[in-house]
Amino acid sequence: MYYNEMFDGEKVREAYASLSDWVAQMPVDFRQLKQAEAEALFRRIGITFAVYGEGGDPDRLIPFDMMPRVFTQGEWRRLERGIKQRAKALNAFLRDVYGRGEIVRAGRIPARLVYQNEAYEKAVVGFVPPRGVYSHIIGIDLVRTGRDEFFVLEDNCRTPSGVSYMLENREIMMRMFPDLFRGNRIEPVDGYPEILRRTLESVAPKKCVGRPRVVILTPGHFNSAYYEHSFLANLMGVELVEGADLFVEGEFVYMRTTEGPKRVDVIYRRLDDAFIDPLCFRRDSMLGVPGLMDVYRSGGVSICSAPGAGVADDKAIYTFVPEMVRFYLGEEPILKNVDTWTLWKQDDYKYVMDNLADLVVKEVHGSGGYGMLVGPKSTKKQIEEFRKLIEKNPSNYIAQPTLSLSTCPTFVDEGVAPRHVDLRPFCLCGDRIELVPGGLTRVALKEGSLVVNSSQGGGVKDTWVLSE
Amino acid sequence: MLSRTASNLFWLGRHMERAETASRLFEVGARITLLPNTVEGYRNEWESLLRASGAADRYAANYADVTEENMEKFMLFDRDNPSSVASCIHDARESGRIVRTALTSRVWDALNVAWQEMRAIGPGQEDAADLADFVARHANTVQGAIDGTQLRNDGFRFMKLGYALERADSTARVLDVKYFVLLPRVEFIGSGLDSYQWQVILRALSAHRSFHWAYGDDVSASRVAHFLILNGEAPRALITSVNEALSHLEALTRRYGGDVPCTARDRARALADRLAGLDIEEIFDEGLHEFLSDFIIEIGQIASCVQDDYFHGRG
Repeated sequence: MYYNEMFDGEKVREAYASLSDWVAQMPVDFRQLKQAEAEALFRRIGITFAVYGEGGDPDRLIPFDMMPRVFTQGEWRRLERGIKQRAKALNAFLRDVYGRGEIVRAGRIPARLVYQNEAYEKAVVGFVPPRGVYSHIIGIDLVRTGRDEFFVLEDNCRTPSGVSYMLENREIMMRMFPDLFRGNRIEPVDGYPEILRRTLESVAPKKCVGRPRVVILTPGHFNSAYYEHSFLANLMGVELVEGADLFVEGEFVYMRTTEGPKRVDVIYRRLDDAFIDPLCFRRDSMLGVPGLMDVYRSGGVSICSAPGAGVADDKAIYTFVPEMVRFYLGEEPILKNVDTWTLWKQDDYKYVMDNLADLVVKEVHGSGGYGMLVGPKSTKKQIEEFRKLIEKNPSNYIAQPTLSLSTCPTFVDEGVAPRHVDLRPFCLCGDRIELVPGGLTRVALKEGSLVVNSSQGGGVKDTWVLSE
Repeated sequence: MLSRTASNLFWLGRHMERAETASRLFEVGARITLLPNTVEGYRNEWESLLRASGAADRYAANYADVTEENMEKFMLFDRDNPSSVASCIHDARESGRIVRTALTSRVWDALNVAWQEMRAIGPGQEDAADLADFVARHANTVQGAIDGTQLRNDGFRFMKLGYALERADSTARVLDVKYFVLLPRVEFIGSGLDSYQWQVILRALSAHRSFHWAYGDDVSASRVAHFLILNGEAPRALITSVNEALSHLEALTRRYGGDVPCTARDRARALADRLAGLDIEEIFDEGLHEFLSDFIIEIGQIASCVQDDYFHGRG
């Protein structure tokens, strides 16, 4: 009933042809040795993941599964076209809703969902960022249910994380199993940092002279994704700054250096809108830079992603993305959305409440696998408790069918067993739209589990795209 | 370089040096307790060591008795003691984590491994000499990685500057222990015990062998003081440390040019000049304790000039 990405019945699928021997011939003790080695490498490099509010080990590792997940070139090409198409539509949507709002005027999307959205940023209405790009790094979460069946689970237009795992998983695999890479033609992913830097430089503000100075703005080293921020800064050869390292003077933003102030042109921020400028958004934010938004609006600095980009990726807007593709690009969407019931509609509400046990219900603004109900995996009591939450505020929820997520062979205690996976590729939008062949595969390590979030016991895998 | 990065590199150096000092002091303390023939017994020596690390008050607030067991906990493992080995290594690694992009992978690796292994051990597991070896080995690995792999750029200078200033401070404090130990007992000066205590100080600075090479067997106050203050060949001597700090500050001044202030360099240069012109009799005439107190304050001043010159970013 679940699509197994490696096996078609007894037969090994094309993508996994060369891996099946590798797995079959691997002795158990060798595997355990390699697993320990991988863990030691991750720990040594310092790739760890802290979960807010959980206490415990601040340097917890995300479990790494050594069995790669593989796509053929043909499978990937189709995905790639679909992802780029979607990224283009999302940016077109953002440009539209901060401008004339044609899609709303045309009645394709309800005005309320856009203009009353928490993530809609009135402070940037009428301002068009360089090249009209709002979201420069888009992480699109995909699940597979069949050979050619891919569904988009959600779009991440603000500051999607996880790309460091994509790069490090590959690095570790290449270090541990060089022979695998010699024997298979696997598309490289290590161009990502360079492409990211070029993308960011390509959206420098109009007042910038010479080669743009790019920085990454982090909330600081206590943030759970700090490793990724510093990792990317390192590979891109740019400074990793905190709010206090930047200040505004006159028309520009500067960073404090040992040689005095230096002008900054492009800020890749890994900070939510609410925190980037205490003068414009949250006054109590200690993380941001006072006056940043004024400089931004007058073309003195670029902020990536643009403030307000979040309006394109919440779960209510999500249902309209196929509509965006048709409206702005005049094309049929290549990637499908998951059927979604929006609980603020009378009919949908009734259907969902009658079928809670079969559905997945999510908060419109939730993330990380929190605040959701997986009907088929929940007890009666949990379902009834969730029902009460929904009744209190129906418009805060959407519901989707439980998808038959594809499975990938995964190393478990007893050997190799299928586990459910998803995929997050990272699409870069600047003067062009680019995608490295790969992404982050997350795997639900618990048998039968469909929740892949690392905060809920998920692991990661290296993701291969075979070249021809 | 970002001001915050520079500041973290500077403190990385200071904390690594401080960790080593703490473990070395502990080893010396433990060694003395093995000898039965000190007049006051071991208690007195442990207290002098507490003074050397400037932590006597903090210790008194948290521990009842001065015992080796407590001292081990306090000087090596106590995270509430900011000068303990565990705290210093933790802080150094935290600084390193914040500025990962400014470190080579070798340096980060060395720091991270030191931190992980330090976390894995606890009080009472190893004997003192093994612990001191353990800390020294990690400290040396970190230093070696810095010297062997870091670009000789401003970041390197800030790290080494941190090491040099911390070392100047710690040697001065260790020397000053003599003042605290001996002050009430003038009659000991020149006695066998006096000579023994000077030896302890040499040991605390891993300098007893080099001392004997340079000065022969006679361990007297003025010789030891000369060795640790004015001998430019002694690696931990005040003059050596100050000269090293100065050379890094001069490299920074050259690199940054005239637009960046250099008050720290000027101050370090004045101190180096003063040390070069001193002889040991003058220091004893002035009073060793007074001299050392002034020196420690002056090192603090230079550190705060470093702060003003480079870490504010003038925004």
